[in-house]
Amino acid sequence: MKNAVGREIPDFLLENGKEVYQGKNYMDGKYVQKASPKTRRYEKPQESKIVETIKDALIQCGARDGMTFSFHHHLREGDFVVNMVMKAAIEELGLKDLTIAASSLGAAHDLIADYIEEGKVIGIQTSGIRGRMGQVVSEGKLKTTAIIRSHGGRPRAIEAGEVHIDIAFVGAPTSDCVGNSRGIGGKSNCGSLGYAMTDAKFADHVVVITDCLVDFPNMPASVEAIDVDAVVVVDSIGNPKKIASAAARISQNPRDLMMAENVAKVIASTPYFKDGFSFQTGVGGPSLAANLFLEKYMDEQGIKMGWAIGGICKPMVELLKKGKIGKVIDVQDFDLDAVNSINQTPNHFEMSASQYANPANKGAFVNKLDFVVLAALEIDTGFNVNVLTGSDGVLRGAPGGHPDTAAGSKVCIIVTPLVRGRMATVCENVVTVTTPGDCVDVLVTDYGIAVNPLRQDLIECLDKAGIEHVTIESLKEKAYSMVGRPDPVQFEDKVVAVLEARDGTILDVIRQIKPFTFED
Amino acid sequence: MQIEKNAVAGTLESSDAMVTVEPAENGIELDISSSVMNQYGRQIRATVLETLERLDVTSGKVTVVDKGALDCTLKARVECAVFRSCDKSAAGIPWGGVIR
Amino acid sequence: MINRPTPERFRLRRTMMFMNAQKPGLIKDAYIYGCDSIMLDLEDAVAENQKDAARFSLYHALKTIDYGKTEVIVRINGLDTPHWQEDIRVCVAGGADGIRIAKCESAQDVKTVEAAVTEAEKEFGVEVGRTLLMAALESPKGVLNAYEICCASERMFGVAISGGDFRKCMQTKFDPSGIDMLVARGQMLMAARAAGIQCFDTVFTDLDDNAGFEAEVRQNKAMGFDGKSLINPKQIRLVHEIFAPTEKEVLQAEAMVSAFREAAAAGIGVFTVNGKMVDVAFIPGAERTLKLAKACGMYEGDLV
Repeated sequence: MKNAVGREIPDFLLENGKEVYQGKNYMDGKYVQKASPKTRRYEKPQESKIVETIKDALIQCGARDGMTFSFHHHLREGDFVVNMVMKAAIEELGLKDLTIAASSLGAAHDLIADYIEEGKVIGIQTSGIRGRMGQVVSEGKLKTTAIIRSHGGRPRAIEAGEVHIDIAFVGAPTSDCVGNSRGIGGKSNCGSLGYAMTDAKFADHVVVITDCLVDFPNMPASVEAIDVDAVVVVDSIGNPKKIASAAARISQNPRDLMMAENVAKVIASTPYFKDGFSFQTGVGGPSLAANLFLEKYMDEQGIKMGWAIGGICKPMVELLKKGKIGKVIDVQDFDLDAVNSINQTPNHFEMSASQYANPANKGAFVNKLDFVVLAALEIDTGFNVNVLTGSDGVLRGAPGGHPDTAAGSKVCIIVTPLVRGRMATVCENVVTVTTPGDCVDVLVTDYGIAVNPLRQDLIECLDKAGIEHVTIESLKEKAYSMVGRPDPVQFEDKVVAVLEARDGTILDVIRQIKPFTFED
Repeated sequence: MQIEKNAVAGTLESSDAMVTVEPAENGIELDISSSVMNQYGRQIRATVLETLERLDVTSGKVTVVDKGALDCTLKARVECAVFRSCDKSAAGIPWGGVIR
Repeated sequence: MINRPTPERFRLRRTMMFMNAQKPGLIKDAYIYGCDSIMLDLEDAVAENQKDAARFSLYHALKTIDYGKTEVIVRINGLDTPHWQEDIRVCVAGGADGIRIAKCESAQDVKTVEAAVTEAEKEFGVEVGRTLLMAALESPKGVLNAYEICCASERMFGVAISGGDFRKCMQTKFDPSGIDMLVARGQMLMAARAAGIQCFDTVFTDLDDNAGFEAEVRQNKAMGFDGKSLINPKQIRLVHEIFAPTEKEVLQAEAMVSAFREAAAAGIGVFTVNGKMVDVAFIPGAERTLKLAKACGMYEGDLV
């Protein structure tokens, strides 16, 4: 069945009330029955929940074949936790048929690719999937169909019971002996623990893994002891160098800067750019650089940003410290400046993934967002964006908060170079639709700006400000005139992953890759 | 032209291609690897073969390691490698002739 | 296949951006940044053993990439190298707008290049005289001979100083005040103006020193340069901003040119604009201001 972005969704996926994507806000007003976990009572006072090893924690939580383990990705490419836990479960306890439900996975988890090939891990639910894991899943080696969700779609699915977490693992930079956990104060600091919060509330069991045990009570806690079954102290939960980059430097690439300047120009031309406006930006080169130019416009017009959300890094923290932003609320921190600021700098707060982006709660932060600036691997002439699959069709990205912020915000700006090497970023049909075109408003490239025809109001704003813009078709033609028209990527029939829209409908499917041959 | 000795042109930087030519008998043996194989493999092959034909190269082992080069770059790298293999790359190039 | 229009000898050249002709990623679309001219470099940016490869790249870039209104100039290797003749052949065959002669020291150097260019134009069936020339002065001798260099050919549109080599010759180094280059810049400017051609300043290499760059560009403008060589696209905007005329200058120029056209139509030679006496001698300057204003997006009329 074809969905609202023109993707063919196989019928076998449309069981148990699963629907195809119907367009933005389709689920608005519907009711949801929230799931509740089955948790153990610890009525008798406990001095400590510390157990010796991860294996002990697994045994205490009744780990067995076929369970679903959840993880969060604040330790990013420095994360040791996923591998440690899976190794203990598979190699020490001999468990199999396990499913990993993570907020994101990366190249740090190449080891899991082996467990997938061995059939020990049979399910993957995540936002990001990269490296060897992306490769083996794309090759069809995962026993079940992987599920890709956005950062808002994940807590929605957890709350609705579509994902039942048997054991949630919280990699905590600090914890006390009963599991009050924080993202700061230790040696592997990551700042916010926002993605772990929903997991801790909805999992049957919660295990905190820390490399820095601190005195009770570790306050204010991001994950609370009342939800934690066991605490394991290990030597190291991650490589600090890869958890937080020293400081996300604003790009000096002239192409990025040129695009960033145009992004700021577009923002400043809209009526939403007024005192107290709200903003989120990705951490890609041009998106981040937009901060710099935006500040100039804010100063010129004598206005301040009311609040900013998102994954946070240095440029945003600096604006906060300069008093140019009222409040920063974040779900994840990307560099040391952000890590050292959250819950320390006045008006820099932590939030859960549900609070950030869940479409099924009663109003996430993204719903009140004025502007979001995002990157894209590909964007097609229907303004559909792909941030998940590469030009070879292999899984190597993450929807992250992209679809959530695009849908919630008043103005969603995609900024990307027209071509990357020989890849046309602006194309006829994206390989995978991760953010539907009805949520995307403006495209800024190094060859010009295009506005979604759905947004006549923005077209008027740009015209009034004298900002030149062209059709997205003409940008696509320009790209193809430079790099040539691409051959369509070839796939096998087998569906290896389902891409859920944030509301839980099916936005797209990813099929098994077909090795390239010169024969047609 | 005839490929007289091994020669290389280009780099492995993004948007470039490294082309190696080696003498061989019995026609063209072409080996292509590319970062954009799925979408442009056929076009790369066509461009390389056309260029070799234009230079009247009928035999040789040609290896292309492509890093997302545009057609104009692929042509330039193939031509340079072939001219280098004949020690004819430094001067008197037939610009606008077989190089076009 | 791109066939570029006949180059314009005197056009707006506020910014000339250097690009290594051997780097496909750089040259494929250098025009998007809005510089007036790009300078594809076969000289210092290209390693000695890659000169041949750079020419193949350059040829196809010139023939394939639509640089639009951006002028395309090629810096060729010095006359003391074995490369310059083939450099000239590829420039002419590819249809470059102009050639920058590196390390030019005398009128004879210009004439030597001109002869080779003419020969190449004949070889490749290009209109003789199409390819423009500019000279880079990189030594005290070149600066001392600036005037004869500027006058050496009808193809010459401008002259530029190359600070790096010049400072080495003078046994001095970069000074933020510009004192290190003051005499050379002045002498070259006077020679260019006397010969009626354009004059361009050297590159500013410290990309992190924004204040230093701005000071140098302001000095360039005050001294009378037409433009500046650049090494990075991010330098373009500031040069264009500083070289832009003021609004008052634009209004004045517009008034002068339109008054002149009316007066000329009526056969009057001297007239007044805003109470000031104006004659034909003011007009080229006023037209230049309007052209500049148009390029800067400050003037949309049709007088130029």
